[in-house]
Amino acid sequence: MIYVFDYATLKLIWWLFIGVLLVGFAILDGFDLGVGVLLRFIGRSDDERRVMLNAIGPTWEGNQVWFITAGGATFAAWPLVYAAAFSGFYAALLLTLFALFFRPVGLEYRSKLADPRWRNAWDWGLFVGGLVPALIFGVAFGNLLQGVPFHFDADQRVFYTGSFFGLLNPFALLAGVVSVAMLAMHGALYVQLRTEGDLQARARRAAFVCGAVFLVAFAIGGVWIASGIDGFRIVKMPPAESAFTPLAKTVERVPGGWLGNYGQYPWMILAPVLAFAGGLLALGASWTRRAGTAFVLSCVGVAGVVFTAGLALFPFIMPSSSDPRSSLTIYDAVSSHRSLQIMFWVVLLFLPIVIAYTAWVYRVMRGTVTEKTVRESGHY
Amino acid sequence: MPPVEVVDLSRLQFAVTALYHFLFVPLTLGLSWILVIMESVYVMTGKEIYRDMTKFWGKLFGINFVMGVTTGLTLEFQFGTNWAYYSHYVGDIFGTPLAIEGLMAFFLESTFVGLFFFGWDRVGKVTHLLVTFLVALGSNLSAVWILIANAWMQNPVGAEFNPDTMRMELTSFTDLLFNPVAGVKFVHTVAAGYVTASMFVLGISSYYLLRLRELPFAVRSFAVAAGFGLASTLSVIVLGDESGYTTGEVQKVKLAAIEAEWDTQPPPASFTAFGFPDQASETTRYAIRIPWLMGLIATRSVDTPVKGIKELKRDHEARIRGGMKAYAALQKLRAGDKTPETLAEFDRNKADLGYGLLLRKYTDKVVDASPEQIGQAVADTIPLVAPLFWSFRLMVGLGLWLLFVFAASFYVLARRRLYRSRWVMHVALWSIPLPWVAAELGWIVAEYGRQPWSISEVLPTHLSVSSVSVGQLYFSLSGFIFFYTALLIVEMYLMFKYAREGPYGAGTGGHHTQAATGAAGAAP
Repeated sequence: MIYVFDYATLKLIWWLFIGVLLVGFAILDGFDLGVGVLLRFIGRSDDERRVMLNAIGPTWEGNQVWFITAGGATFAAWPLVYAAAFSGFYAALLLTLFALFFRPVGLEYRSKLADPRWRNAWDWGLFVGGLVPALIFGVAFGNLLQGVPFHFDADQRVFYTGSFFGLLNPFALLAGVVSVAMLAMHGALYVQLRTEGDLQARARRAAFVCGAVFLVAFAIGGVWIASGIDGFRIVKMPPAESAFTPLAKTVERVPGGWLGNYGQYPWMILAPVLAFAGGLLALGASWTRRAGTAFVLSCVGVAGVVFTAGLALFPFIMPSSSDPRSSLTIYDAVSSHRSLQIMFWVVLLFLPIVIAYTAWVYRVMRGTVTEKTVRESGHY
Repeated sequence: MPPVEVVDLSRLQFAVTALYHFLFVPLTLGLSWILVIMESVYVMTGKEIYRDMTKFWGKLFGINFVMGVTTGLTLEFQFGTNWAYYSHYVGDIFGTPLAIEGLMAFFLESTFVGLFFFGWDRVGKVTHLLVTFLVALGSNLSAVWILIANAWMQNPVGAEFNPDTMRMELTSFTDLLFNPVAGVKFVHTVAAGYVTASMFVLGISSYYLLRLRELPFAVRSFAVAAGFGLASTLSVIVLGDESGYTTGEVQKVKLAAIEAEWDTQPPPASFTAFGFPDQASETTRYAIRIPWLMGLIATRSVDTPVKGIKELKRDHEARIRGGMKAYAALQKLRAGDKTPETLAEFDRNKADLGYGLLLRKYTDKVVDASPEQIGQAVADTIPLVAPLFWSFRLMVGLGLWLLFVFAASFYVLARRRLYRSRWVMHVALWSIPLPWVAAELGWIVAEYGRQPWSISEVLPTHLSVSSVSVGQLYFSLSGFIFFYTALLIVEMYLMFKYAREGPYGAGTGGHHTQAATGAAGAAP
C-alpha cells in the first residue's frame, strides 16, 4: 500500500470531503426539500403544483443521492460518528426517515390517479417529506453545537443518555428555523427560476419572506453562540498521526469557545460572510427578477451556512456534553489510514464524474416548466 | 451484554425491512435490462411498437423503482441506528463498499432515471438508449457493491483486529473486492433479479394474450421475457450450484445446517433430498439420501469429506477456548501491558477472538467462563437447522419450476404454437409471485444461516446492536409496519391498475392500434 498522504493530512482531507458532500446535499437536495415545504402554499391549483413537481422531477432523485452518499461516506470515514449520532438521535433519525419515505413515492404516485383527495393527501405527504428532514437536520446541528450527552465504555460501545425531547431545546429549534427557512428560500428561488406567471411571482414573494426569516435567525444564532453557549477545546491528545480512541484525549469546555477558530484563523470568517452576503444578495437579485443570479447566490449562502457551523465545531464533529473526552473529533472518530487513503482515490475519481453527468442532465432539462409542457411531456 | 429483547427486536426489524426492500430490488435489477433490450430493438429497427413497450414497461418500472429507493434508505440508516456497535467494529471495512456504492452506482442510476422518464423528447434516440443503459448499469453496479459488503459479512477476508482502536481494520482492499463469496453471490442475485423481471413481463403479457388484447405488444413482450428469462434461470441455477461450492469451502456451518448433515460422512457425502431434521437429537428422520451428490457439489471431488455438525461443534469448542486466551491477552493489552509476550499471545489467538466474544452472552468475564457456559456458546454456533433445510429446498424447487415455465414458454414460442398453448399463459400468469418467494427464501438461507454471527467468526450478532431501549424499538418497528403496509397497498394498487389498463390505456403516448399493426403479422 502506497500512502500518498500521511494519516494526519488524510484526517483533515476527510473532514473537507464530508463537508463537500453535505454542502452538495444542502444545495441540490435542499431546494427539493424547500419545494416540498412550499408546494401547498405557492402552488394554488393542481396544475401549478404539477409544474413545481415537474420542475424538480427529472433531477431530484440524483440530488437525494448526495444525502445517501454523505451517509455512506460518514460510515466509511467516521464510523464512530455514524454509530454515535444515528443511535443517539434514534427517534429523530427515524422520524426523518419516515418523512423521507413520502418523497420518492409521493412524487411518483401523486399524479398517477386523478382523484383530488388522493393528490391532496400526497401533497401533504410531500410537505412533511420536505419540512421534517429540513427541520431535524437543523435541530441536529443545533445540538452538536451545544454538545450531546453520550459516552463510550472500555469496549468502545456508545451510550446516549439524553432524551428525544431534550433535543428540542430553544437553541436547537432556532437552528431548525434557520435550516427550514434557508431551504424554503432556496426552493422558492428554484421555482422562480424554472416557472413563469403567477406561480413565479408567488415564489418570489415566498423567497423574500423565508430569506428574511433565515437571515435574522442566523444572526441571532451567531450572537447566541458568542455569548450563551460553551464551546469545546482539546487540551491534550496523542499525535494526530497516530490511531487512537476518543477516550485517549482530554477536552475542556470554553465559554464562547466556538468562536476560537475564527479568532485564530481570520480567513474562516469568510464562511459566515458568504452566508450573509449570499442570502442578502440572492434576495436582492430575486426581487429585481434576476432569478438565475439569485439562485447561484443562494447556493453560495447555503454553502456558507454549512461551513460556518462546520468550522466553528472544527476539529470536533460531535462533542459530548456529559463526558467531554468521549467527544468525537476528526482525529479519533476516523477509519484507518488505509481505508481513508483508498476512499480518497475513490472520491477523487468519481465525484468529478458525478458532477459532470449531473451538470449534463440539468442542461438537457433546462428551461421553463409551464402547464403546457407538463401536459405534453411531464411525468409527474 | 445488551438485553436479549433489544437484540431480538433489532434482528426482527432488520429482517423485516431487508426482506421488504428485496421485494422491489429484483424487479429493478432485471426490468432495467429488459427495457434496454426493448429500446435497443426500437433504435435498431425504428419500429414504434418497441418504443411503446419501453415506455409501458418503464412506467411499471417507475412504480416499483421508487419503492426500492424508499426502502433502501432504511437499510442504510439502520446500520447506524440499530447496529451501532457493528458500525464501530467493522465500519472501517464495511463502510467502504457502501460509500463506493453511492458514488459509483447509485448516483449513476438515480441521475439518469429522471432523464429516462422526462427525456424522451429532449435527447435523441441513441442518447436515450444510452440513458436507459446507464440506469441498468447503475442499478446492477449498485448490487455489486452491496453484495461485496454482504459477502464480507459471510466471509470476512482482508481485515484484522486492531487492539489500539478496538475494531476490525482493512488490510487488503483487493481481498475485499475479490472475495470468492462476492463473485458468485453477485451473479446468483442479479440473475435472480432477471428471472423475477422476466416472470413479471411474461405473466402480464400472458394476461393480455389470454384476453386477446394488445396482441402485437403482448407477443413481443412475451418473446423478450421468455428468452431473457430462460437464460437467466439457467444462470441462477448454475451459479446457485457454484455458491454451493464456495459455501462448502468457506461457510461450512451454513452448508451442514442447510443439509442437516449431523455426522461427517465418508466421502463423497450423500445429499439429503428430503427428511425431518431434529436439532435436539441431532438426527434427520425419514431421510431420503442421494449418494455422492453433496460431496460433488460442495467439494468438486470424490475424496474430500464434508464436515458434519457434530464435528464442527468440536472444532468450535477448541476455538472458543482459543478465543478466551485472545480475550485475556486483549484485556492486558488494553490495560497498557504491551510486552512482546502479551502481543505474541494475542497474535497467536486473535483469529479466535470472535469465538471468545460468543461467551459475552453468558458472562461478562469471558476469561473464566464455566464449562456449562462454554457448552452453551458451542450450541449457539449452529443455527436452527429445520428453517434452513426447508427454505433451501423450497427455493430450489421453485427455481426448477421457473426453469420449466420459461423452457415451456420458449418452446411454444419457437415452435409457433403460442396461441394454441393457453395453458402456458395460465401457468405464466399464476407463476408471477414465485420468483419473489424464491428470492426471499434465498436471503433467509444466506442470513439466517450466518447466525449466531453478524460477521462470520468475528462479531456475534448479540454484541452488534445499539444501546437503545425496548421502547425505542417498539416505536420504530411499529412505524415500519404501519408505513410499509400502507405503501405496499398503494404500490400494489397502482401496479395492478396500470398493468390491467395495458399499454394503450395507461397514456404511454403510443398510437398503435391492433388493427394498424396487424395481429397476423406478429403472430408466431
